[in-house]
Amino acid sequence: MSTLVQGNRTRLLFLLRYLAMIGLALVVFALLLLLFGKDPLRAYIDILSSTLGSSYGITEVVVKMIPLVLCACAVMLPARIGLVNVGGEGQLYMGAWLATWGALTFSQLPQALGIPLVILLGFIGGGLWALIPAILRAKGWLNEVISTLLLNYIAILFVGYFVFGPWRDTASANFPQTPKFVDAMRLPQFGDTRIHLGLFLAIAAVVLIYLVLRYTVWGYDMRAIGGNAEASRRNGLPITKTMLMVMFIGGGLAGLAGVGEVMAIEGRLRPNFSPGYGYIGFLISWLAGHNPVGVVMMSFLMAVLTFGGDTLQITQGMPFATVNIIIALILFYCTGQVLSAESEAVSYGYVLCHRGARRRIAGGHCRTLRRPG
Amino acid sequence: MKCLYGFYRPTSGEILIEGRQVHIATPLDGRQLGIGMVFQNFTLIPAMTVAENVALFLPALGIVLHPKAIQARIREVATRYGLEINPAAHVFDLSMGERQKVEILKILLAGARVLIFDEPTSVLAPHEVDGLFAIFDKLRQDGYAILFITHKLPEVMASAQRITVLRRGRVVGQLMRDEATPQAIVRLMLGAEPPPPVQREGLANEAGAPLFEMNTLSLVDEHTGIGLKEVSLQIFAGEIVGVAGVSGNGQSELADVALGLRRPDGGAFILAGQDASHWSTATILAHGLACIPEDPLRMEAIPGMTVVENMVLGEQLRYTAMGGLTMNWTGARKDAELFLNTTFVTTPPRLDWPVENLSGGNLQRVVIARELSRQPAVLLAYYPARGLDVSNAEAMRQLLLSYRSKGVGILLVSEDMDELFALSDRLVVMYHGRIVGTFRPHETTADEIGHLMTGGSRETTREGAN
Amino acid sequence: MLVGALQAGTAVLYAALGEVIVERAGVINLGLEGTMLMGASVGFAVTYQTGNPWLGLIAAALAGALFNLVLAFLVVTRGANQLASGLALGFLGIGLSALIGRPYVGQLIEGLRNVPLPILADIPFVGEVLFQHDVLIYAVIPLAFFLQWVLFSTRWGLSIRTVGEDKTVAYAAGLRTQWLQYQALFVGGLLAGLGGAHLSLAFTGVWGEQMTSGRGFIAVALVIFAAWNPLRAVLGAFLFGGALAFQLQLQARGAPVSPFFLDMIPYLLTLGVLIFLRGNRKFAMPAGLKTVFEGMR
Repeated sequence: MSTLVQGNRTRLLFLLRYLAMIGLALVVFALLLLLFGKDPLRAYIDILSSTLGSSYGITEVVVKMIPLVLCACAVMLPARIGLVNVGGEGQLYMGAWLATWGALTFSQLPQALGIPLVILLGFIGGGLWALIPAILRAKGWLNEVISTLLLNYIAILFVGYFVFGPWRDTASANFPQTPKFVDAMRLPQFGDTRIHLGLFLAIAAVVLIYLVLRYTVWGYDMRAIGGNAEASRRNGLPITKTMLMVMFIGGGLAGLAGVGEVMAIEGRLRPNFSPGYGYIGFLISWLAGHNPVGVVMMSFLMAVLTFGGDTLQITQGMPFATVNIIIALILFYCTGQVLSAESEAVSYGYVLCHRGARRRIAGGHCRTLRRPG
Repeated sequence: MKCLYGFYRPTSGEILIEGRQVHIATPLDGRQLGIGMVFQNFTLIPAMTVAENVALFLPALGIVLHPKAIQARIREVATRYGLEINPAAHVFDLSMGERQKVEILKILLAGARVLIFDEPTSVLAPHEVDGLFAIFDKLRQDGYAILFITHKLPEVMASAQRITVLRRGRVVGQLMRDEATPQAIVRLMLGAEPPPPVQREGLANEAGAPLFEMNTLSLVDEHTGIGLKEVSLQIFAGEIVGVAGVSGNGQSELADVALGLRRPDGGAFILAGQDASHWSTATILAHGLACIPEDPLRMEAIPGMTVVENMVLGEQLRYTAMGGLTMNWTGARKDAELFLNTTFVTTPPRLDWPVENLSGGNLQRVVIARELSRQPAVLLAYYPARGLDVSNAEAMRQLLLSYRSKGVGILLVSEDMDELFALSDRLVVMYHGRIVGTFRPHETTADEIGHLMTGGSRETTREGAN
Repeated sequence: MLVGALQAGTAVLYAALGEVIVERAGVINLGLEGTMLMGASVGFAVTYQTGNPWLGLIAAALAGALFNLVLAFLVVTRGANQLASGLALGFLGIGLSALIGRPYVGQLIEGLRNVPLPILADIPFVGEVLFQHDVLIYAVIPLAFFLQWVLFSTRWGLSIRTVGEDKTVAYAAGLRTQWLQYQALFVGGLLAGLGGAHLSLAFTGVWGEQMTSGRGFIAVALVIFAAWNPLRAVLGAFLFGGALAFQLQLQARGAPVSPFFLDMIPYLLTLGVLIFLRGNRKFAMPAGLKTVFEGMR
């Protein structure tokens, strides 16, 4: 019982530290705005009133949150076993691509089949794309950081080829885009808002990941592999299988984000339809310490800020991208929290004099913002 | 030694160089005072050339490098001391022996007068060792002082003028070469004479098939050059086989192969009567192998997980419920409590503590309890008493004996002679990846074992009872 | 057409050359996009205010360098995760440059002028292609040779490479590892700033938000493709830029190859090179970078 109380207290402290970091970022941003002759107070009021001050604003924040949460999950899941997925962006595009293929090919299907089809295809598209780096990594051929990064460019160009080429809508000659999807393939939207079915997919993803990690034997395997890969190997845990599985599911979730954007918001596939959701998802997952609850909170914050950016452009004449500064500042405070406790000399000496110590120290340096307890 | 070179700062005492007291805070200080050190893991950068590696440590290096001049200097020193090496070669193309030559060249060109060698021969082939000693002689004649750290007696006897014996951080004796005998040094190294071996009844049942067998098993290790060389080893039911040897002579490689983490390059590994050379780790564990490793925190425990979560590692499938959707933590807790309580005398650690908060001894207990909870047929126990207090260490030994009498085959790897003599039914000595001797404990002496594990060449290596 | 490839590729090449130095010191800057944008916006602003593109160039280089020092503080001094910090730096660059450049959107400046080289420029065709450019384009290939020399033939280059390979050895050799990484990031920022400035001062002559449009990321890929070697980076830049030129050729002849697949070639080649040359130590990535990627576990 007492440990439970203690756990809650550390969690509270942790939360407070987060809030302090965000607050600090906001203060620095305010100073920056002053420097550029803007009114920071007005800016904050504008951001808040435009997003949380109206029902329209709130729904738009939710719309923005859907791809962010899904893309963050695509990073979080592999990160739990120590894999770095910088490829959310490419997986999102490939998910959208395969779903679009399905929507264009099977356009006669009824809605009851069409929607599950595009969702499934989107998941598979993103998943398979993420499986490439996973296999390369499992074979020991190429580190997944580089391969996921490079595959992003390839995916975007690949989608570009189809949108400019075979799938191009001849009716809209000026815009490179596919024809509008038939209604049977469109994810339903709620009322007159732009919130769509993807919301439930995102919620399901977060809840499932949380439950799997916490309660199931697969979650146990993942936590063990992420905690200490060597000990897991020595105890016969299925490392390769878990690696492939986690990347497939992660990529699939990013693919679902693509499905949501294409099948609900846009209604057609366009080139460059994602404003970097994959990368923002990466940052969100990092900010949240790869924690499902944190991912939702951070996605909310990011959604408010990005949507608020539009407002600042209108009311204050500030460029939309200005809010990126706040995002970056918050991240800086979070990533910059680690400090190696050991002095340089001692740790280097330790490495030199003890075989096998090198890896341990390298691991210690990079352990950023782990969950408490 | 690391103090002398400046990696660690001494907490007390003083260092004198040419009679002057000096402070050495960083490796740079050490170097400027003319101290050079050849480490066990070389401080070379494989991706660079020999000349570049040497240039890094040159005291007066110009802003622009002149490869020709550097190469010429390397060649000059190299020919004088028999350290010929191609300065333009990349270090990753060099053998271990050649890399060592580069290390020596490096500290010589850096202007060192006192040369420290930390176990330099551990990476060398036997014929290379003689070459190294020849280099030592030439250096000595030119007025260099050499500090040669080793645990191999023949090498000390062959090369040293003065011998200092260290045991557990203390100088326990200083001898001149002429007055030293291998026996005297071994005695100093091991401390007091070991007690006479305990005779126990109920010797191993060697009539049956061995539970665990390695047949002329070889493993090539390019990094350390040690690996395993034609190791033949059998463990029978109800037997404790002790492995004596200085750590780093192939013991951990033995466990790597046994656990299926590395594949043997020759020979066979047989478990429970079947060829297990290519089994997965999970299959091997399912056939009753368990391992208490030398570094439990790194090799067998998951930081960030609690004690009870660590207790089910590897056995997690036994505790699944509803097809994996949940895990039976109540059952796991009960079993964990049972094993932690029965295995040790003092109170066990709390089950819901994260393991990284445990002391080394408690962590060791958790790992031991977990491995025993697997009901192993064969147990590999690496330094199992490490980190345990006296009473728990004794409990651990009793535990091993009780498992032995239950018919478990145990491999006990230890550096503690008393422990090995007291527990083993059979003793093997490992040196440089090879088994260099097999004994019944009562048929040998600590001197003999100590001699073999430090590389002594016994003409008559008695075979054991098999 | 070739001229176009040359002009478009210069900015990427400057950034990539800087990033070679940075990654050789064991740091990867995924925020290169932001660094370039800072150079582009500050360069443009200063040029607009002073009317002197040279001052603009200097300011751009300094802005890029100072901007990279933010990353240096995070990853070197605070030991923060390099990938997350780099991406965050990119976001900061996008935002900050947009704020700085805001008053100058739609403005025109007298940017860097093309300087036809006397005599050479009069050679038919070749002269037109190679010798009628601005100074930054002329300078980039000599710069690559210079950096090659610096990295492999000077004490500083040796120290930088040592830090990037193995900090422990660097420490044993008495190098100030953190200070050297700061220096590498500073130099890398100088060059990335110049690359950005080339876009706004010479290539387009205007400022636009996110005008680098992914060139920073391309530069990161290019560095990997070049196996951390300045001269190979030049080759790679021609390949990355050449794909563009090549596709125009093909289109002109009516060949049915999509430009998108041609654009993919450099990335596919990079992947292929990494996979098939993985055992080759000559093309190996700096060992320090490898630990950055693997240390995330």
